[in-house]
Amino acid sequence: MTWSVIWWQMWDIFWHLFMLSLIAIGGAITVAPDIQRYLVVDNGWLTPMQFNNAIALAQMAPGPNLMFIPLLGWQVALNSPTLDQLSASAPWLVWIIAVLSAFSALLAIVLPSSLLTYHLASWAHARRTQIGIKAFKAGLTPVVIALLVAAALLVAQGIPVVNGRWPQIALTVLAAVLVWRTQLHLLWLIAGGALAGAFGWV
Amino acid sequence: MPASISDLFWAFTRIALQGFGGVVAIVQRELVDKRGWLTHQEFTEEWAVAQIMPGPNVVNLAMILGGRYFGWRGAIAGVLGMVVMPTFIILVLAVTLANLIDYQLTRDIMRGVSAVSAGLIGGAALRMLGHLNTHVLGLRICLVLFTITLLAIAWLRLPLIWVLLPLAAVGWLLSYRAYQRAVRT
Repeated sequence: MTWSVIWWQMWDIFWHLFMLSLIAIGGAITVAPDIQRYLVVDNGWLTPMQFNNAIALAQMAPGPNLMFIPLLGWQVALNSPTLDQLSASAPWLVWIIAVLSAFSALLAIVLPSSLLTYHLASWAHARRTQIGIKAFKAGLTPVVIALLVAAALLVAQGIPVVNGRWPQIALTVLAAVLVWRTQLHLLWLIAGGALAGAFGWV
Repeated sequence: MPASISDLFWAFTRIALQGFGGVVAIVQRELVDKRGWLTHQEFTEEWAVAQIMPGPNVVNLAMILGGRYFGWRGAIAGVLGMVVMPTFIILVLAVTLANLIDYQLTRDIMRGVSAVSAGLIGGAALRMLGHLNTHVLGLRICLVLFTITLLAIAWLRLPLIWVLLPLAAVGWLLSYRAYQRAVRT
């Protein structure tokens, strides 16, 4: 029976993501190139197009940027020949396995880094009044703010230029100032950005 | 401070569902401004810790805060709040939208949303910068560390780890001496 192939595949993906989780400093998106190599190039479980669509869809959807990970697990399961045979006779079973595969991938990317962070953070919090710990957090603050600005620049630079660079820069600066200076609800800003895009302004 | 574990779970679910790329700005709004669970300084510090740990930053932050309030059960509730609903939503999107979508319109919308996302992240950073004048190192040294980091990452494109390790060490040493001086006087 080819069932073992599915479980083995899920397990293999689980371990691969499990290991990547521990080195994903800066978020899951930093290990995306390696996941692409593993799923698309080495194993051929996804097409390059499916991989890119997963990243794009995850950006459009709400939630942290790691949401492309469960989507990849889901897609890999749907691609497998075993499930393809099942889709006529037992479609509900196909959905269940695909959802399982999605959550298995999610667990693998979240669990190891979370356990590590939980223990380190509790350790540090228990010693939060000690000068060494206080100084460590304080010293990091300006560095981390700079990393945020760098991330904002990276996102801004990654946008394809269609109607010129300046309208995009103007929209980004406007959004930043509104976040900084007003209490306008952030969903309005997102909606405004979507509209500006749909009308072809940026 | 959250009233209960389920309060915590729903707070982070709300944050996750509002986040389109710029989740940090939303966490800041919800937890500092609206709910008052953290001060601005606490938020910046916890964010610093969440960012240097491996794993997704906002998930780390949800877990650290959940753990702070309710121990390991709070940590689990925080993480689940961040990821469970978004996972279901993205799977539903994948099934219903992926084949129906007009790809040109999607790409147009995506450009606008991405430009705003960049602004949300930048705006969150601006708000944190505004609170640096109460920092133990003083505003000037903070701005020097900030500028060096920004140039090294955004302009020279150095690997994160090689920027973070030396600058964290320098920032730590300087702050350590500043705290010691503050204790002595």
